[in-house]
Amino acid sequence: MEIPYTVEERPDTGLFNAKLGIWLFLASEVMLFGGLFSAYIFLRFGAPVGAFHEWGLELNIPLATFNTLILISSSVTMIMSWASLKLNEFKKYKLYMGLTLLCALGFLIIKYIEYTSKFDHHIYPSTNTFYAIYFALTGLHGLHIIGGMIVLYYFWIPGSKMWNSKPEQFTNRIEIAGLYWHFVDLVWIFLFPILYLL
Amino acid sequence: MMIMRWQLAYPETAVPLVGSIFGEDGMLLPEIYNSLGAMHGTIMIFLGIVPLAVGAFGNYFVPLQIGAPDMAFPKLNAASYWSYFVGGVVMMSSFFTAEGAARSGWTSYPPLADIEVGQTIWLIGMIFLITSSLLGSINIITTIIQLRAPGLTWMRMPFFVWAQFVTSFLLVLAFPPLEAAAVLQLMDRVVGTSFFLPSGLVVSGELLDVSGGGSPLLWQHLFWFLAHPEVYVLILPAMGIVAEVIANNTRKPLWGYNSLVFAAVFLGFMSFIVWAHHMFLTGMGTAMSAFFQTTTMIISIPSVIILSALFISLWGASIRFNTPMLFALAFLPMFGIGGLTGLPLGFAASDIYLHDTYYVIGHFHYVVAPGTIFGLFAGIYYWYPKITGRKMSELLGKLHFWPSLIFMNGIFMPMFIQGLAGVSRRLWDGGLEYAHASGVLHWNEFMSISAWLLGLAQLPFIFNVFYSLKRGEKVKNNPWDATTLEWSAPSPPLPHVNFEKIPEVHRVAYEYSLPGRKRDFTPQTEPKKG
Repeated sequence: MEIPYTVEERPDTGLFNAKLGIWLFLASEVMLFGGLFSAYIFLRFGAPVGAFHEWGLELNIPLATFNTLILISSSVTMIMSWASLKLNEFKKYKLYMGLTLLCALGFLIIKYIEYTSKFDHHIYPSTNTFYAIYFALTGLHGLHIIGGMIVLYYFWIPGSKMWNSKPEQFTNRIEIAGLYWHFVDLVWIFLFPILYLL
Repeated sequence: MMIMRWQLAYPETAVPLVGSIFGEDGMLLPEIYNSLGAMHGTIMIFLGIVPLAVGAFGNYFVPLQIGAPDMAFPKLNAASYWSYFVGGVVMMSSFFTAEGAARSGWTSYPPLADIEVGQTIWLIGMIFLITSSLLGSINIITTIIQLRAPGLTWMRMPFFVWAQFVTSFLLVLAFPPLEAAAVLQLMDRVVGTSFFLPSGLVVSGELLDVSGGGSPLLWQHLFWFLAHPEVYVLILPAMGIVAEVIANNTRKPLWGYNSLVFAAVFLGFMSFIVWAHHMFLTGMGTAMSAFFQTTTMIISIPSVIILSALFISLWGASIRFNTPMLFALAFLPMFGIGGLTGLPLGFAASDIYLHDTYYVIGHFHYVVAPGTIFGLFAGIYYWYPKITGRKMSELLGKLHFWPSLIFMNGIFMPMFIQGLAGVSRRLWDGGLEYAHASGVLHWNEFMSISAWLLGLAQLPFIFNVFYSLKRGEKVKNNPWDATTLEWSAPSPPLPHVNFEKIPEVHRVAYEYSLPGRKRDFTPQTEPKKG
């Protein structure tokens, strides 16, 4: 006996299992980052007036803006790769998935440049509460990018054989990976203004 | 725990039998006492009850009760188990490190937890355990929503499944903030941040070399945001089990099934907005206290509904007093005492006096020890025939139940007396230093003896589990004449598929003793006539 609804949708819920699973997972992720965002608010109110803004002036806004664009583009290519599978165009899928991974790598490289330039100026997480929460939030977000990249890489090369045996399930998997990827993108869209701009 | 009770009953005397591991004179030192206290809470909650109630009972009986062949994500299930395993090993290994295990209490309040030894390993272990619960509960929710057998509508589900459903939502949504908090505390300890360290903190006469600017209150908010829903995570599965056992052994439909379900769901929602009633003493302000005291009073309503519905279910029933039923019946007043003694803690004014006394310990333990643990025992006795195909010995079961009931109360009832007298908890010498405690400290010996006897009373149970595996009375698929789906599966259920054929559901969960029927129970799988 197979476990039902792994691929096809259950009629009364309109979902296949993994899609529900990923939404629940994302709900918990919202709470995780929500906890950290509330910590940010708490610390910001606790700091002397204007201190958070002043400490944040050291951050490189142009680089971060560029990074925001990169990440948004990666979300677009992610959708395109899923759409290509839906249209049965496997080659295009490979291309778009490759581009998504490239964007993710670019994001991490820029983040690396940002981090090292902070360390060169002797700014560490222990410097003040702003940098503590800055490194905590962006570090955790970076880990999410890395985790996502591992999964996407798996679907790009080694796992893509599944397309030949179970195309429908493979397409579902890309959709779910995409949901996660958009969420990580969305987190950055919240992080960027509160850390760099405010 | 039994070692700690020695120290409380006979302070500063050598611990018998195991004393030699604490050093030359065999005395329990304050550091080790604190470690044992912190680890007792951690182990019982995160390594004991949650994995047993949600991980074991949830994983085993939710698919059976909803007529599913397996959980929705078997690999996720394995990942959850191994994550729990690693977390458990990490936690336990902390006892053997040079620093010793965490000793800042299971609540790990900073600044103490930021600077005291042993805490780093605790945090790493917690991150694994949190991940484990998270994956497990995602699995349970998906299974309940997606894999219900044909005909099993929401309001036909057994109450146990509802309880697991709400519990899993609490775990999914409440645990991540603690994970965030654990990461922040880890950073405080490892990379020197000051999330929870205020400016100008002086430790042992020296100014701490950190940037400061953080707040210990931040930890408390993040921690209790998890830890209050956690209380309901501990109690709801037990309530679910008790409801099953009571319906089965009263041979009546549960009284107010709908109210039970809505109360459990409402309880789940409310549990997210009561957390700061643990923090009345932190000086967070009267407006905040008033808000959280109000929500706390509101959340007591659904608990009372559940308890009342279960009590009324007993009315007019011809009750079968077998071992699972005895435990389920004992659950009701024990949880009742735990719940009612919580009310004075929920009011800010009375909490200011009672906070951090043994009264709190008594209250909490009535909820989880004779409450939850009795519920879990009821579940073990009730479902053992399903798991093994044999019943557990009734005689040994009763030999387990009666002493357990007596000694549980022997331990925890005097805590209320001590707490009302103002004796603080977490004191290594149990309060010897304080004049106001002297009148009630003689209870310590009584409580400690009860604790050791309670330990002895578990021997029949342990023996029973193994003895009945081989010698227990062989039974058919449905030994208790029950209605719910798990009893239509073979005992033990078939590996990987549970049922010979996915059952079809035709009726509500508890059709017992309906007039005009041949038998006093009608299984959910029985088709309606005409």
